[in-house]
Amino acid sequence: MNIAVAIDQIPQDALPSASEAGPAPKRIVVAYGFWIFLLSDIIMFAALFASYAVLVRSTAGGPTGAQLFNQTTVAIETVCLLVSSYSCGMMSLAVNSRRYLRTYLGALITFALGATFLSLEIREFLSMIAIGAAPQRSAFLSAFFTLVGCHGLHVALGLIWLVVMMVQVAVFGFAARVQHRLLCFSLFWHALDIVWVGVFTVVYLMGVSS
Amino acid sequence: MNLLGKLDWNAIPLHEPIIMGATGFMVLVVLVVLGFVTAKGAWPYLWREWLTSVDHKRIGAMYCILALIMMLRGFSDAIMIRTQQAIAAGGAQGYLPPEHFNQIFSAHGTIMILFMAMPFVVGLMNFAVPLQLGVRDVAFPTLNSVSFWLTASGALLVNISLAVGEFSKATWWGYPPLSEMQYSPGVGVDYYLWSLQISGIGTLLAGINFVTTILKLRAPGMSYMRMPVFCWTALAANLLIVAAFPVLTATLAMLALDRYLGFHFFTLEGQGNQMLYSNLFWVWGHPEVYILILPAFGVFSEVMATFSGKPLFGYRSMVAATMAICVLSFLVWLHHFFTMGASANVNGFFGVMSMIIALPTGAKVFNWLFTMYGGRVRFSVPVLWSIGFIVTFVIGGMTGVLMAVPPADFQLHNSVFLVAHFHNVAIGGVVFGVMAGYNYWFPKAFGFRLDERWGKASFWCWFIGFYVAFMPLYVLGLMGMTRRMQHYDNLSWQPWLIAAAFGTAIILVGVVCQIVQLVVSIRNREELRDVTGDPWNGRTLEWATASPPPAWNFAFQPKVAGLDAFWSSKSRAQATKDGSTPTRNYEPVEMPKNSATGFVTAFFAVVIGFAMIWHIWWLASVGVFGAFMTLLAFTFRRHNEIEVPAEEIARFVRAHQAGVAA
Repeated sequence: MNIAVAIDQIPQDALPSASEAGPAPKRIVVAYGFWIFLLSDIIMFAALFASYAVLVRSTAGGPTGAQLFNQTTVAIETVCLLVSSYSCGMMSLAVNSRRYLRTYLGALITFALGATFLSLEIREFLSMIAIGAAPQRSAFLSAFFTLVGCHGLHVALGLIWLVVMMVQVAVFGFAARVQHRLLCFSLFWHALDIVWVGVFTVVYLMGVSS
Repeated sequence: MNLLGKLDWNAIPLHEPIIMGATGFMVLVVLVVLGFVTAKGAWPYLWREWLTSVDHKRIGAMYCILALIMMLRGFSDAIMIRTQQAIAAGGAQGYLPPEHFNQIFSAHGTIMILFMAMPFVVGLMNFAVPLQLGVRDVAFPTLNSVSFWLTASGALLVNISLAVGEFSKATWWGYPPLSEMQYSPGVGVDYYLWSLQISGIGTLLAGINFVTTILKLRAPGMSYMRMPVFCWTALAANLLIVAAFPVLTATLAMLALDRYLGFHFFTLEGQGNQMLYSNLFWVWGHPEVYILILPAFGVFSEVMATFSGKPLFGYRSMVAATMAICVLSFLVWLHHFFTMGASANVNGFFGVMSMIIALPTGAKVFNWLFTMYGGRVRFSVPVLWSIGFIVTFVIGGMTGVLMAVPPADFQLHNSVFLVAHFHNVAIGGVVFGVMAGYNYWFPKAFGFRLDERWGKASFWCWFIGFYVAFMPLYVLGLMGMTRRMQHYDNLSWQPWLIAAAFGTAIILVGVVCQIVQLVVSIRNREELRDVTGDPWNGRTLEWATASPPPAWNFAFQPKVAGLDAFWSSKSRAQATKDGSTPTRNYEPVEMPKNSATGFVTAFFAVVIGFAMIWHIWWLASVGVFGAFMTLLAFTFRRHNEIEVPAEEIARFVRAHQAGVAA
């Protein structure tokens, strides 16, 4: 429909404001909906953070965070995740300029860094369980494994998603909906960084300092 | 290692005649329905037009049907609770043993809140919001279908618990340590956990969908302050869903980890913290009651304005009050457990915040009254429900403000006074609201009105029955009767409980009247036919299109220039009315294609839930894999839209106009 005609039918003196512009384009709607999902996801993490904060001293005579956490591993994990956000950003730029090779390369680096993060985390978990610091040991360890594990689970799902997206790029090329999904993926990946900054601060830094 | 986990023949309670009777009846009804569909050869139609539909109107209708069915189930539980308590005084033990009685009140609460009220409210929003916004569908139509079917999966699991195993005996909020493995070793709590978890994820996705729809998809010209009030209340409710349901997901996951893997979040050992659960649960649970009541407020606002023939009084204050309640609802959760032992200051803060909610709510009541004042009120069925609501809800609100005072709450906590209070607001508010909405939008959804006489009879039975059933509970609460009693020794309570049971019987008559109303209306549908699309002389855009609306809702994208968009276009009474200018060129419309994704994903969700409940780990893995592959298949679909040709739209509009002219 002719936009000029549409506007003519609205009896008002000024052009419509943004809130009167009518349905938003698909790209905006998809990204917006995914933002709302991310907010809800962050609220779920908020509940896990709150539980951790309540239970952090409930060690039931078992080991505390200060005795368990290894600063070096956590530092490497953090670097991996933060750098992977950078490579994810590079991938987004490559998608915008429709360059296949750079997209695959960005995805590959992101995947490798995410997988490194995940394997370090799993190794940390296994070493804790090996010395008897399993989630069944105390309320503190239950909360620790759940909060950090939930973030790790998100990273794992993100890796699967990334692989699926690369297959879709190969099959569909840079179709509009593939681009929308890649946009959502990069939002997701960055949000995981934000959550990790919280985990790093609340769990590891505060855990070692106290 | 057993291939079927904990599942064996003992799971079916063959020795319990009441349960087996109910199960037999349920199975019989299902078989009759399936047989009927098969005999009519209606499976292809059902599959194409309903089960795989991504049309928001169809999905909304299915939500409401689910809610009505679950209402019958939840109401049967209510009848059993009331009759048991009417009988089991002194030496008499009644007919329900304690462990069955405990399952019944737990199931009653769970079903009525999560599988009756929730689907009904979400169903009404699903049906009405896109139409009122003047758009063709929600933001994510396939996701909408997934949401519905996940909710239905949860409801199915609750019903399976009747036949296979047991339901939770730990109330609908499942406080630990009672709900922990140590004290509830059976599968009841697991049924509760997985049905809530699965349907909760469905609700969360619906919330995301609707926030996006309302904020990003509105007809041109519809600024925020031109949205119908129902859309505002739907926005507030869905914001609450997005902000509250993730907390429920996390909380139930923690309880599940305690039960399945021996974690210590809420256990007595390992320094778990039971009050953490109470706080987390009600951080979700209190917003949840506003998720239910705010859309009901929206329905009343639409009904009052339409049937008074004048604009809603105080639209802006209505919007402000809605959003104020939306925010305040997150600051009151602690009033569910003042007796926990928080300091006086903490209790005082939450007490004051709880009382403050009465202010915006009171403003709304006055707005509805002033909407009717000076109007030409037609006392149709939706209006009766609305007026009944105002009277009843004000009483329930006042007992609520009373209990918001912590010292008073220390006396009334866990008494049937509380039971009377929340039924007063839940029935008087939510149930009356969804009933008003059901009668109000039914002609839009199905093309014919519901019978007025049976509708009125139903209302009066519900209204009177409610007072007879619940006013005695206020008295009993003040007499010191605690809730959830399978048996009691104080004989002076019995007359009041008999009166309450009698009230439940009156409500039962009301429910029967509703069923009769539906049957009579379907039979007389030709006389009740709504050919104009505007049976109530409506004000908002859903009445601007045919009843039932075509899949594409509007032949042309409506343009909005103010509040009550359809009313003003009728008042101008000229060519702006949708489709009344035959010279306009129809254009093809892109509509989302049907998808079985929701149905199949939900099937696997049931498999996952059932397998987890019975510890059948291999089957749970199959379910997860199946659900993942279903979603993956959907993302690889090449075409998600089909084009409706312009001629089809033109043909529909011509037929509709011919009907109106005749």
